[in-house]
Amino acid sequence: MRIGVDVGGTNTDAVVMQDTTVRAWNKSPTTLDVSTGVRHAISSVIATSEIIASEIDSVMIGTTHFTNAVIERKHLLEVAVIRLGLPATASVPPMTDWPRDLSQAVGRHIFMLKGGYEFDGRPISELDEDEVRACAHKIKSLNLKAAAITGVFSPVNNDMEQAVCNILREINPDLQVSLSHEIGQVGLLQRENSTILNAALSDLAAHVVNSFERALIELGITAPFYISQNDGTLMQAHFIRRYPVLTFASGPTNSMRGAALLANLSDAMVVDIGGTTSDIGMLRNGFPRQSTTFVDVGGVRTNFRMPDILAIGLGGGSLVEDEGRAIGPQSVGFELLEKALVFGGDTLTATDIAVASGRPGIGDCKLVAHLPPTTVRGAQETMRLKLDRAIDRMKTEAGLLPVVIVGGGAILVDWDLTTASEIVLPKYGPVANAIGAAIAQVAGEVDRIVSLEGSSREEVLELAKAEAIEKAITAGAIHETIDIVEIEEVPIAYLPGNATRLRVKAVGDLAISAPFK
Amino acid sequence: MELAYDQIDDLCRGAAFLGAGGGGDPYIGGLMIKRALQEGGKVEIIDPDDLDDDVLVIPTAMMGAPTVLIEKLPSGDEVLRAFAELEKHLDRKAFATMPIEVGGINSTIPMWVAARLGIPVIDADGMGRAFPEIHMETFGVHGVSGSPLAIANEHGDYAIVNAVKNQSLEWIARGIAIRFGGAAYIAEYPMSGEQVKRTSVKHTLTLAMEIGRRVELARQSGQDPFAAIIDFLPETHYSLGKILFTGKVVDVKRTTERGFTVGRVTIDGVDQGSLMIEFQNENLIARKNGQVLAIVPNIITIMDVETAEPITTEFLRYGQRVRVMAVSVPEIMTSPAALDLFGPQGFGLKEPFQPMIAD
Repeated sequence: MRIGVDVGGTNTDAVVMQDTTVRAWNKSPTTLDVSTGVRHAISSVIATSEIIASEIDSVMIGTTHFTNAVIERKHLLEVAVIRLGLPATASVPPMTDWPRDLSQAVGRHIFMLKGGYEFDGRPISELDEDEVRACAHKIKSLNLKAAAITGVFSPVNNDMEQAVCNILREINPDLQVSLSHEIGQVGLLQRENSTILNAALSDLAAHVVNSFERALIELGITAPFYISQNDGTLMQAHFIRRYPVLTFASGPTNSMRGAALLANLSDAMVVDIGGTTSDIGMLRNGFPRQSTTFVDVGGVRTNFRMPDILAIGLGGGSLVEDEGRAIGPQSVGFELLEKALVFGGDTLTATDIAVASGRPGIGDCKLVAHLPPTTVRGAQETMRLKLDRAIDRMKTEAGLLPVVIVGGGAILVDWDLTTASEIVLPKYGPVANAIGAAIAQVAGEVDRIVSLEGSSREEVLELAKAEAIEKAITAGAIHETIDIVEIEEVPIAYLPGNATRLRVKAVGDLAISAPFK
Repeated sequence: MELAYDQIDDLCRGAAFLGAGGGGDPYIGGLMIKRALQEGGKVEIIDPDDLDDDVLVIPTAMMGAPTVLIEKLPSGDEVLRAFAELEKHLDRKAFATMPIEVGGINSTIPMWVAARLGIPVIDADGMGRAFPEIHMETFGVHGVSGSPLAIANEHGDYAIVNAVKNQSLEWIARGIAIRFGGAAYIAEYPMSGEQVKRTSVKHTLTLAMEIGRRVELARQSGQDPFAAIIDFLPETHYSLGKILFTGKVVDVKRTTERGFTVGRVTIDGVDQGSLMIEFQNENLIARKNGQVLAIVPNIITIMDVETAEPITTEFLRYGQRVRVMAVSVPEIMTSPAALDLFGPQGFGLKEPFQPMIAD
């Protein structure tokens, strides 16, 4: 038995899954301390499904906490931002194009130091130990708790990043240090940005992972728990403590994979309607279509691969104005249960329109009986247009695709879309996210320095791919579902034998996640 | 015209499109120039046809491997030093600077110089796109010498190179660029206003801006950005653009050698075979199942399949979904003398130049 949990900004969802069946599900409000909400969601699904804690094999948690923290500029630590590369790189200092409010939230403690490497491993300049020590003392006097160290060409040689880390820790033993070579690939600015965000999230990462742990302990669950990352694969929870940025965008990935499973479709458009926004993504061969260019998180360019998602301002709490001609992007958000008309509030929301048009079981339908039919029809037409236009933008070729609608706001849709061949509203759609977490994939990864001398590059690549696939199978992946998702080669010119750092990642479905019946 | 802050992204996007995969990361170039404007710098872009015949113009650029640039960003002082040392060597102040190529960072390096020194930048270049080697210039086709050249690094080291032929200038300066870590900054092809008017590819900066703007407008209004480019090109001296191929990147073989980024990318189509593109900084030739679809000096650009954002060679990655476009270059670039320098033979390709024809 597996438990899947999705901790969103508004709701915490949980599901109990036995092989391929949903045994129970629950949607509870997310709480400020995280832990209470998770405990409540899990305990209620355990109660409904009548299982006992010892029957649980594993717990998979997806969370948008870290993405939300960056987007909302909350719970971020101030960071000592250290770049090793002077005299090179000075024309574009760290955080040059960050949104002002975000760079203020992480402080503007920038230390550009001598160091870094050329592409062939020669130093640009030697580290200046006095300079590094002065920086370490300054960090101490500023009382900073986190640091991000990025050296030029550290994916080729990480010695200087390590050396600086050691000196900083010698003077600031409790400093949480993020090293860029552990976080990103070649491309200094993108890697540096990700490293700074990772450092800024250090405290929140500890808090969130501890909250999960505490909730599980209090429930007597001793099964291992995992957290889902960007590409839909699972990570050991302790790993997230060190690399919280790796969870960015795991939310959309989980909801799209959950939707694929629920609808039993491999090619479809997925619309995840929440309280404030709808996320639209495309499934291709069962996988979320990835974004090709760099992805901005909270206005900052990073080097993560993420699903290609279009977010529009339409959700269950969206404000309806002008007799239904205008809907969103303003929303009552998590105050839906107080503010919407059907719950006795005074604000006309998209949810009220759904109830007025006959959707049963939400609030009190008498409270919207007075709405003129023209407003209800007008609002539905506005919503339909919004979704049609967004779906059209996400399409890459002519022809209609099935549209799968999931998320808490799926109740809004009881009309046709001109862009859809059919509309699929799966039974467990409101908790597709948590289901996606429960069926998250497993990866096999090869990362090592290889010599391309004496054998062809193609042979070396094929061997590495086969090894990554083998590792994924060992980790529990079904062979037919495995796909190579990443290949990266970084030539290491200072080592003999045409040396290259080769990284290959293979990803596949965990053996029990067959399609739903 | 004075460059406005909100034109920078359009300029970088359009320049990267014309840059054929090369010209260096447009993002870094854009950030440099944004910072210069934020700090009060101004960039005046002037029409080449308005130049006096006898003024001195010194073009400026980054020279080296784009794979180096994306890690080892410039200090910003290198190109200013090269410019100043060349002025000192010539014992004459320059009236303006200009790009030697259109493409990523090399469209904005002259703007950085312009903003820092308070001189104008000319709306023209010497390639009409980007090419990997510094003798591949329309300036040279029409008899302008690239020498003397000044080349500088971030430490303050610099050299003045006087070469008899432009090819030798490339060879010698490239050697220095390698010693400088694979990326260096240069001032070269010092010439008169009259020579600029006679030998450059004109109005390419404003063209880049317009291409970038049309892509952005198409995106915002939900139109097809590729169609926006294809519809616009016939209004320019780049008369024809077309889509060559759409697919997923399945292999990137890429190394930093001889001071260039060299390799090839393989793109698998959904059900239409695969396309292989060879590059030396810039994309040189696109072959589908062995058949040549496009070849230098015509422009081959790889773009994100949804957004039409150009992807430069150093950022190609396994798994990217891309669309490949080809664009025919202006006539000044396909004369026999021009093709000798930067046609297929200039790159050691066996295949002959083939003009683009509309489908």
